[in-house]
Formats: sequence, structure tokens, C-alpha cells
Amino acid sequence: MSTHEGPQVSGEVTRPAGGELVTGDGEGQLPDRFPNPGLPPHRPRLADTDPAAERRVVRQVALLFGISALGTIGMVVAYFAVPPGETIGSMRLSNLLLGLGLFLAMFGFGAAAIHWAKTVMSDVEHVEQRHPQRSDPQTRSDAVAVLSEGTADSGIGRRGVLKGALVGALALVPLTIAVPLVGEVGGDWNVGKFRNTLWARGKRLTKDPSGEPIRAADVTIGSVFHVIPEGLRDSEHWIEEKAKAVVLMVRLDPSDLTEAPNRRDWSYEGIVAYSKICTHVGCPVALYEQQTHHLLCPCHQSTFDVADGAKVLFGPASRPLPQLPITVDDEGYLIAQDDFAEPIGPSYWERLK
Amino acid sequence: MKAIVDRRHHRLAPVVLLLAALLTMGALYAAFSPTPAGAAVATQTDIDAGRALFTANCATCHGPRAEGRDEVPSLIGVGAAAVDFQVSTGRMPMQASGPQAMAKPPALDAEQTRQLAAYVASLAPGPQIPSAEQVNPALGDAANGMALFRTNCAMCHGAVGSGGALTSGKYAPALGQSTPTEIYEAMLTGPQAMPVFNDANLTPDDKRDVIAFLEAQKAGSPGGTDLGAVGPVSEGLWVWVVGMGLLIASAVWIGAKSS
Amino acid sequence: MSRPSTQTAASGTADYLDQRTGVGLAVKAFARKVFPDHWSFMLGEIALYSFVVLLITGVFLTLFFVPSMGLTTYEGPMASMNGVEMSEAFASTLHLSFEVTGGLLMRQIHHWAALLFIAAIVTHMMRVFFTGAFRKPREVNWVVGFTLMILGIAAGFSGYSLPDDVLSGNGLRITDGVVKSIPIIGSYLSYFIFGGEFPGEAIIPRLYVVHILLVPALILALIGLHLFFVVLHKHTHYGLPGRTERNVVGYPFFPIYVAKAGGFFFMVFGVLALMGATMTINPVWNYGPYDPSPVAAGAQPDWYMLFLEGALRLMPGQGTEWVIAGFTISLNVLIPALVLPGILFTLLALYPFIEAYVTGDKREHHIADRPRNAPVRTAFGVAVLTAFVVLVLAGSNDILATHFALSINDITNVFRALLIVSPFVAFWVTKRICLGLQRKDRELVLHGHETGRIVRFASGEYIEVHRPLDEYERWVRVAHEPRRPLPLLPAEDERGVRRKGYRRDAFRARLSRFFYEDRVEPVTPAELAEAQAHAGHDAAALERHDDGARGLPEGDGSPRQIGEGPDVDAERVDARER
Repeated sequence: MSTHEGPQVSGEVTRPAGGELVTGDGEGQLPDRFPNPGLPPHRPRLADTDPAAERRVVRQVALLFGISALGTIGMVVAYFAVPPGETIGSMRLSNLLLGLGLFLAMFGFGAAAIHWAKTVMSDVEHVEQRHPQRSDPQTRSDAVAVLSEGTADSGIGRRGVLKGALVGALALVPLTIAVPLVGEVGGDWNVGKFRNTLWARGKRLTKDPSGEPIRAADVTIGSVFHVIPEGLRDSEHWIEEKAKAVVLMVRLDPSDLTEAPNRRDWSYEGIVAYSKICTHVGCPVALYEQQTHHLLCPCHQSTFDVADGAKVLFGPASRPLPQLPITVDDEGYLIAQDDFAEPIGPSYWERLK
Repeated sequence: MKAIVDRRHHRLAPVVLLLAALLTMGALYAAFSPTPAGAAVATQTDIDAGRALFTANCATCHGPRAEGRDEVPSLIGVGAAAVDFQVSTGRMPMQASGPQAMAKPPALDAEQTRQLAAYVASLAPGPQIPSAEQVNPALGDAANGMALFRTNCAMCHGAVGSGGALTSGKYAPALGQSTPTEIYEAMLTGPQAMPVFNDANLTPDDKRDVIAFLEAQKAGSPGGTDLGAVGPVSEGLWVWVVGMGLLIASAVWIGAKSS
Repeated sequence: MSRPSTQTAASGTADYLDQRTGVGLAVKAFARKVFPDHWSFMLGEIALYSFVVLLITGVFLTLFFVPSMGLTTYEGPMASMNGVEMSEAFASTLHLSFEVTGGLLMRQIHHWAALLFIAAIVTHMMRVFFTGAFRKPREVNWVVGFTLMILGIAAGFSGYSLPDDVLSGNGLRITDGVVKSIPIIGSYLSYFIFGGEFPGEAIIPRLYVVHILLVPALILALIGLHLFFVVLHKHTHYGLPGRTERNVVGYPFFPIYVAKAGGFFFMVFGVLALMGATMTINPVWNYGPYDPSPVAAGAQPDWYMLFLEGALRLMPGQGTEWVIAGFTISLNVLIPALVLPGILFTLLALYPFIEAYVTGDKREHHIADRPRNAPVRTAFGVAVLTAFVVLVLAGSNDILATHFALSINDITNVFRALLIVSPFVAFWVTKRICLGLQRKDRELVLHGHETGRIVRFASGEYIEVHRPLDEYERWVRVAHEPRRPLPLLPAEDERGVRRKGYRRDAFRARLSRFFYEDRVEPVTPAELAEAQAHAGHDAAALERHDDGARGLPEGDGSPRQIGEGPDVDAERVDARER
């Protein structure tokens, strides 16, 4: 569908009331388009014609500069007189006074300069000519000529070998920096570490961040515990290990729990433990809804069902959270039976290899 | 004394010893375990009044003996703390069925709430209403409280308790208006979607530290207004509204012809 | 030669410099250079001045910030952080915020300036887009500006990650997750960035170098190039009276723009200071030092990354992770985090070239379009903006859920649908609005302003008197050229031989028709004359009527004016005639 309102056939033209168009009557034709009327006549400002207005405006500009100066002084006084102190209130006051002083100093100065420009400086519009960006033909041919001259001087002319060798060697030069730079930046490049966490058979589940071991009896239905492996702080690179090993543990009524046949012994009397690192892009999944048994990740709202293998119910995650198989030791403390069966967290290319 | 020593080989001697040991342990426990000192001891009159209130306000959903049905949970064993929390914040009696009970002006006054709590507590043992000392923020350590809050609470309630969203219309409310008692009770009883933080997970001192941290947030932010403390989204909104707004207005003023 | 004794300090300095640099030439060329004056041309300045504020406050911050992930224990006035173990980076940020006088102010101004920098860039970019100021010869400058936007986002992201707090640390974790999802090289790229497993000890010092050296250096260089182009090409101006494609109308640089632009710098700094004084931003002491375990509700990046955040939230995860020959391809991450922004940014960067191809327009353009006069371009821009806003809102879905008491799942589903549908709706609506506005302009030119004066002739006819536009008012509405689709040469030449390249030309002609077919052309003098001829008899009758009202006695058949009694005040009528 096209709407096209184009130029209409000219009919007879009578003298319109407005009066500034070229008349018809057969003599002379109307131009195809309206001509540019040129700059409108200049209207003087009050301050240009009325000396009282000019004095007032100059006073205003001076006043604004004065406000700016006061702002600066205020800020310097506040710097010495109102230090941040020890309380939130004193810090807030110091911040406020310094900032307000700075605001008055800056804004006042700017407003003064602009008010001056608008009211006192000449407001007669100037016109300058533009020139096409393109150089004129003579310059262009001169440019071509000097380039040709230079190329001829270089002797590269018909010597393809030189050209090829130059380009080839130049292409290789960046490797001298790139190879050591890239090579060293990646640490030990051992991406196989993604596969394993600190969890192992017999490792106790402890509270995050205190490291206290957890008794199964302390985990009541509806509880959620944030868990790290025993001895985490003593390991090398403990933060990197923590980033893989954090676990969320909850207790459900065993009748609410649906378990895969090969995972029946991964829970303990309704207590289940899952990796806390989201399988989407790695945020901690920590929003446990006690009544629905849903686990929500706050970053992109992936929702997992803790009562059913932490499978994904909603959101951008594709895979369920890996489950940590747990049991209790002979003192009643919860322990892991093994590491996770798969790499935790977000997917990567060689994840299943 | 000689009579007891003479009978030390009596066949019932182990039984007597066992009973004595149990009594001793019980007495020691009763002596050393913390009692909720502030809670008034519930009398039978309270429990009866509470039963009447329960029948009038709660039984239609929770069942005549608080046994619950369908989606309505049983209240047997929830303890006085749960009742005190739910009723004093007005969440119960629930206004309308929906994803979550909303806090609103309480339907029962403090005396009635106490009686109702006494009745429910009489049904089965459960978490008790904390004492004033247990919830006194001045006795808590705000730094430990913040560390605990950050690990256990911030993911739902926000970094400083300004609230957050859960699934399907549920939410973790903002905590700025909650009293220390309410906060303690909520942690202890795990209302609705909130998990239960029993005393083995967060000890009573831990809970008091969390309360101290939340209380410290009432001092506001050292940087000025906290813009709702919801994070970069509100900061982004305000930079456009205030920052670009003021500056575009300034630009219009600069470009306008002066009279 | 001897110096005249009346030489002042200023002229002495000028002479000294000129003798050594020949600066007189530059002064002569530049000092009175003319720049057009319109508020919409100052948006880029907001960005420029925010950048200067960033540099100034940034230097202050570098004197106190320690870019190290080594662990320390904090001792200081903030009670909730006392005794807490944290990185040096975080601890130095707290020290700066609470113990350095003015430190918190500088930090807050710096962060507000960062948000404002990109807000101004986006606003400026929209202005340039909607006025077609990216057309020849300014295509390269558009690409430079686009690159500045990307660098600005990189500077912001690297900057807010420096304090090593829980919020930005989770942002880095998300970045790691996105990087890992890249096929083949993902896990190695993750090691490259973090120097090993996440989080490592290298990322903060590396981001520091990126943030204070590499990116600012590039930004400064490109700003220089950007401004150089503005001077070289001269700024565009709107199609107002007196302005043509061959001139620049405005005010001279010295003293007008020195004052206005210089003053505006101070105003921008002032507004940022006001915001830093009164509005908290990035309160890292609330978020806590980074640890892989905690996370807080309201986990979002700064606003300019919210479109990515929204895309990540909206993408469904069911069935979007594929395993092919044992290798995992996570489309649920790749599409929103890499493919979508890749398409968006490529489109943005290449738009001038796309439009030039589609329209076949090879001329220089120095007059800025009114957006209504390029309906398809404007509609396209609004459609992209609509998609962007939907993504930003989707990235804030949990805030929307809590503040408007809605279900976050419902919000997500609605935005999924809106993302697909709303750009098309926005395109169609905007195009119709533009065409409507163009028609309104035509109407106004052809028939003039409605004066609200209703005249009833004796014959019973009512007319409303219109006042024609004067030539200055009219010019704005007729200055633009009619734009027509590219003509398509016939497929076969006169001998029936198919022309090579016809398919390509046909495709191009189709695009060009899409761009230009629906149009409202500006009024031509001939059309105006005809319209005035139509109105002519009315005007003649009106003249007669008004002549009658001026002096002829009542009852001669002259028409009366509605609402006027028989005793018409002649002077009043005369005055109104003007």
C-alpha cells in the first residue's frame, strides 16, 4: 500500500491574499520549490537597547559569579570544619556540605558565563561558507602525482618479491609480543580443574562461613543451610575452591521428595544437598522457598525444584543443579559421599568430555 | 547415710541411681537453659480466651483443632512465636487468598494476640516468643550480623533488607518497619516461603546480631538519600530523570534566545 | 626590531608563541569559526564534559584505591565492616569513602558521571540518528562515536568491578559464565581473563589497568578524532531560514562558544556535584566484600548493561542447550549475551552505510532532517529503541515485581512476547505518526493558521479565516526535498538481453521503495498557488465583507460576523485584519 501525495497539476493561479508569490497570467513560471527566505531580521535584546536592562543583566552575571565564589569558599570551610567523623550522620553531613559547595561553585560559574553569553555578548548570527569536503581536482591529481613519484622512487614497482616479503614479515612481527603475552596471561591453562571440587568421600559439610560441622539432627524440615566443605580455608586457592564447592542444603519431608532410582541413597532422611552455583551463568542460587521447594536464582530467575532433582522449572538455565551425595558419619555429622558427578556451574564446550 | 550405703548393692539401686541422675540433669538443664524471661506465663484463662479467639478468627481455614487442611498448614507445633509474628504483623487472619499473606494493620490487639498464641502453644510444644533481652539490638554485634545477613538473608531480602522478589508473585518484604521481635520470630519460625532458621543454624546470639545489623541500617546512608536501596536499577532511573533532565533543561536554556 | 613600549603581557606572550609555532594561522582560522546554536547540539557536550569530570575525579580516586585482591582485615568507622576480612581493593574503597574528606563525594560524582556519560552518549546518538546527521560526509564520525560508546561501556564495567564487592563480583562471575559458553575457546578464554580459575587474584589489577590506562587513552584519542571531524566537516544545522547546504549559520567560537560551551562544562560538573552530594550510588559497604557464596536481591549491572541482563533473563532455557558429538553449545547463553548484542551493535555501526546503499544518496548533507521527514528511518530507530527499553525493563523484572506487586514469572513471559511484537508495532505507529505530522505540515502551509475567527456570509456560508504563513514560518515546513525511491532500469535491454546485475538492482530498488514509497512530499509553490486560488473566492468575499464592516451602513446586505452586534467597531475590525 502506498500513500503518495505528490505535486498536483497546476491550475489557474489567481493572486492569493498573501501576495508574495510570483503571479501566473502566463508570464514567468513558478519555481519548483520555495526559495530560502534568508535569515530573519535581527531582533535586538532588551539589554541591547535599554541601558537599565543592561545594567540589571550585568548585575545578574556578577551575582552568579559571586555565588560561585561563595560556593568555593563554603566548600573549603566545610573541608576543614566538617570532617567525615565516626558516624553515618557526620559522614553524610560532610558529603552534603562539600558537594553543595562544589555544586554552587561550578553551576554558579557556568550559569554566569552562559547568562553573559546570552544577554551581553553579541547575538548577531554569522554566516560562513561550507566547501565540499572533496579536494579540488588539481589537488587530487597533484596528490596522485606525488604518490606515484614516491612509489617510483621506492623501487617496489614491479618487484613482487619485495612486496610479498615485506607483508609476510610484517604479519609475523606481532607474534613476538602476542605469544608471550597471551601465553602468560592464562595461568597454568589447566581447564581440567573445572571438573573437580574439594568435595570427596567423608568430607564433612560445614556452615558457611564459620566452618562448623552440621549435625543431621539440627537440620529440621524447612531449614536451609549454606554449606562449604570442611577444611576449605586451609586449602590452597581457597576462594577458587569455594567458588566451585558451595552447596545449599535443605530438609524436606521425605514424602515430598521425588528421587531418581540411582540417587535414592544420595539424600539422608529428606536432607538433600545441591551445588549452589547456577548452571546458567554461575550466580549463587540461594532463594529457597520453603513451602514450594523451589530454589530461585536472583540473577536471571532460573527456578529449580529441590524436591525433584533440582530440575529447571523456569528461566534461562538448561540443566538441573548437580547433586552432592550425602550421608552421615558415625557421630551424626553430615558428610559427602563423593564429589559431584559432573562439573558444577555454567556449561562449557568440553564439559562432557 | 549408713542406711543408704548398706543398701548400695540392692537390685533396685541402679534404678534409683538412674532416677537421681535424670533428676539432677533435669534440674541442671532447667537451671542453665535460657528461659524467655519477658514472656508472661500463660494462664488457663489466657488459653481459654485464645481458644475462643481461634474459633472465631482462624478455625474456618485452619480447622477447629488447628489441624489444617488442603493448602492450609496445621498449626500444631508452630509455637507461640509463629502466632505472635503472623497476628501482630496483621498477616493473619489472611486478607485474601493469593501468593502470599500480606502485612496489614493487625486485626487483634496485643492482649488478644498473646492469648491466641498461648492457646496455639498449648496444642504442642513449639518456638516461644523471645524475651526483650534476646532481641535487644544494643546487645548484638552488627558486624557479625551483617556477615550472617549477607550469607543467609540478603539473597531474598536485599543487601540491607529493602526487599526482593520470589517466584509467582511471592516476595520477601522490606524490613525497615519490622520490630526486633518480629524479625526474631520470623527467623525462628520461617513464615510461609521463608525457610526456618532454627537455633542450631543461627543461634539466638546470631539472631540478635542480625537484628543489630538491621537496626543500624536505620541511620541511613552516608552518601545521601539511598534511593530505595534497590541497587543499580534505581540509580539508572535517577541519572536519566535528574541528571539528563536537569542538563537537557540547561541546554534548552542555553540555546534559547535571550529576551 | 625594537619592541614598542606599549606592548602588553598578552601581546608579548602571543608574539613569543607565534615566533616559535606560527600559531597565528590557527588563531586566525579558528577563533571566529562559526558553530550553529541549538540545544540538541549540546548533548554530545554533556558526554564530553562528563568524561572530563570522570578524569578529574578519577585521578583523585587513583590516589587512594589499591588494586589488589590480597586479603586484609578492615578496621574503621563503619561498624558493620569492623573486623571483616576483605580484599585490599574493597578495604581501600571503604577507607576512601569513610575516612578521606571528600572521598565519598569524589566516588559518588565519579560513578554518577559514568552513568551520565553513557546516558548522554545514547541521547546524542539518538539525536544524530533521528536528524540524519550521520550521512555523508559524517559516516566515519558516526563509527568513531559508536566506538566511543562501546569504550564507554567497557570503562563503566571495568570501573564498577574494581571495588571487588559482592554485586560487581557476581557480575564478573556472570561474565565468566558467558565467556565459558563460547564454543571451542570458552574455557581457555576464561583462564585468559582471570589468569586461572575464577576469581583468581589477577582480575582486579587487570581491570584497573584497563580502566585507568587503556580505555581512557583510546577514548581520549577517539574524542580528539571525533571533535576534529566536527571542526573539519563543520557542524550540521537545521533547515531554518537562511541556512543552506552550503553555509553554516551560527555564532563565532570566540567569545560565544568559549562562554557557552565552557559554561556548560561547569554546569555539568555542578549537576554531577549536586547528585554526588545528595544521592547515594553504589554503596559497596552494603554489598560486602566479594565472596563466591552470597548474593543479594536486586542483582543488576549498571543501567547501560541492563539490556544484556534483560536478554539473559528472557531467553528460555528449555531445549536451548545442545550437545553435538559430546560438545556442549549453550544457546541459552550465547544468543542473548553474544548474538543479540552482536547484531544490535553491527546494525548500529553500519547504519549510515546501509541507509546510503538503500537510498542511493551520494550527496553531502549538512542540513539536519526533521525526524518526521524521514518516516522509515525514524520508525526504525524507534523500533530499536523500543526493543532496547523492553530489554532494560526485563533486566529490572524483579524490581518491577516487588514495586508493582506482580509475579516475576508473568512479567518475564509478557516481556518475552513484547520483545518480539513491540518493535513491529512501534515501527508501524511511528511511521504513521511521522506521515501524519508531514500531512499536518502540508495543511498548515497550504491553508495557513486557523485564526478562530468564524465569518458567516449573507448567503449562509460559514468560513473560518486562516492566516497564511509568512515565508519564515513556511520555510521550515517546505525546506526538505522530496525523497523518491530509486528508479529501476528495465531488466532487459532493447534487444531483449538480460542485464547483468539486474537481480541486485531489483533488490536494492525494493529496499528503496520500502524506505521511501510511503511519503508526503513538501508543498511546492504551484500547489500553494492553487490552494490559494481555491481559497481565493473566499478571500475576495472576506475582503468585501470586511470592507462592508468598515464603513457601510447597516442593512445593505453585508454579512454579519457571528457574535458581533450591528454596531461593529471599525477600528477593531481593521486592527484584526492585520
